Amino acid sequence: MGSDQLLFFGFAGVSVLGSLFVIGQRNPIYSVLALIVSFFGLSGLYVLLEAPFVAVVQIIIYAGAIMVLFLFVVMLLNVPREGESEWDKAHPNFRPWPMRIGAVLSVLMVTELVWALSRTPGMTIGVADERPGNSSVAELGRVLFTDYMFAFEVTSILILIAMVGAVTLAKKREH
Amino acid sequence: MGSLLDYLTAPTTIFYLAVTMTVFLALQISAAVMVYAERKVAAFMQQRYGPYLVGPKGLLQPIADIVKLVFKEELKPKAADTLLFAAAPVISAVAAFTAFAPVPFGASTTFFGLLPEPVPLMVADVNVGVLVIFAVTSMGVYGIVLAGWASNSKYSLLGGLRSSAQMISYELAYGMALATIVMLAGSLSLREIVDTQSGYWFGFIPKWYVFINPISFMIFATAGVAETNRAPFDFPEAEQELVAGYHTEYSSMRFALFFLAEYINMVTVAAVSVNLFLGGWHGPFIPEAYGWIWFLIKLSVLCFGYLWLRWTLPRFRYDQLMAFGWKLLLPLATINLLVSAAGVLYFGL
Repeated sequence: MGSDQLLFFGFAGVSVLGSLFVIGQRNPIYSVLALIVSFFGLSGLYVLLEAPFVAVVQIIIYAGAIMVLFLFVVMLLNVPREGESEWDKAHPNFRPWPMRIGAVLSVLMVTELVWALSRTPGMTIGVADERPGNSSVAELGRVLFTDYMFAFEVTSILILIAMVGAVTLAKKREH
Repeated sequence: MGSLLDYLTAPTTIFYLAVTMTVFLALQISAAVMVYAERKVAAFMQQRYGPYLVGPKGLLQPIADIVKLVFKEELKPKAADTLLFAAAPVISAVAAFTAFAPVPFGASTTFFGLLPEPVPLMVADVNVGVLVIFAVTSMGVYGIVLAGWASNSKYSLLGGLRSSAQMISYELAYGMALATIVMLAGSLSLREIVDTQSGYWFGFIPKWYVFINPISFMIFATAGVAETNRAPFDFPEAEQELVAGYHTEYSSMRFALFFLAEYINMVTVAAVSVNLFLGGWHGPFIPEAYGWIWFLIKLSVLCFGYLWLRWTLPRFRYDQLMAFGWKLLLPLATINLLVSAAGVLYFGL
């Protein structure tokens, strides 16, 4: 096993374990922190793909900006630790119908994933050998503002809509 | 395994290890020097003597402080979150040390011919260095926020929340000022940004970005002070309101780590300003190979500026801080960015 593969499994392990920890324990603050650790694993994977710009932007935007806000909200709202009582049969997610639908959905998703992955040509585990020749920031910017101009602008409008929507929903109703 | 052994024993690798260790030690020493300088400067400005008993002119005072901190009792509030309470100061210190990695502090050198090819004098020559510093600095805020939360004390929590709000607000202006210089230089690597600042106009004005874009420098310096939680922006630890802010419940070495991180962050922000705006290691009279002397001189001047600010200006009020950041600094930085972009397009800098 080459050192690249070793690093790949290391980073992949960090992000998978981090994600599992997010949903696997009951303290919301720890969930937020585990998600940050998971982002660091992803960022390492981007570095292995020789895309340092994407790796750093991943840290700045997700781990640095968005998760700070998450942490802020969790602390300010003082979200309580989930107690044992919430995990008994009375919880809405544990009623028969949600459980049945959830089971069907998860089986569907796993089937789809296996189907999609088995059809992807040249699937190998590890780091892709074909590396993008040009991953410089200048090249990325040029592609983003020429070939993907429409997608780029549409995305920004989408984010604007989401922001306006959030403000409208959270605004106090005038009586 | 042969290739790994070759790599580990190559002169370049050993040189990088040596540079890394040097930076690591230098940052710790610089924190000690800054603590001493701060007390002396404060004393001078308030017409006192400052520390003068331990060693000549009180020079050994930082060492006495460290010994005292090491031997102090480690206290932890009963209701504190054990894991995060211990992790928070470590996160702060690690982020502070890491942020210095992509900062160059001297011209490329072969180290008296010992190395096969010239190597830049820095820990890691990353081609997105500016962004790495930005990313690591934004990790530092977690140390403060978590310290505030994990202490389970209202003063600590308020300090931590204030700090995160402040850092998020000022990071925007900070980033805009950075982007302006990145645009002018056409590179994200601090080494290349410094290289574009060599040479002179009319034979005597150095081609530093502080002369091309002084507004950007002002914004960067202001936001830098806010980012490092220094007076007049030291809200996270406003002692009249919050006892000591996020580190109220900390003592002994854990407190020392926060202190260390704060002073190292100051040095890092000053070093980044030197590289971005003041031409890094370029300067007259000293040959290029000894450029790190210029770097240290500029760094010291900026660090003194920090101390000067702290002991001259009173603290803002919190709403003033927010209004200043969002309503003045950010629009100014945005306009500056746009004007600079137009300038780059027009003059083709």
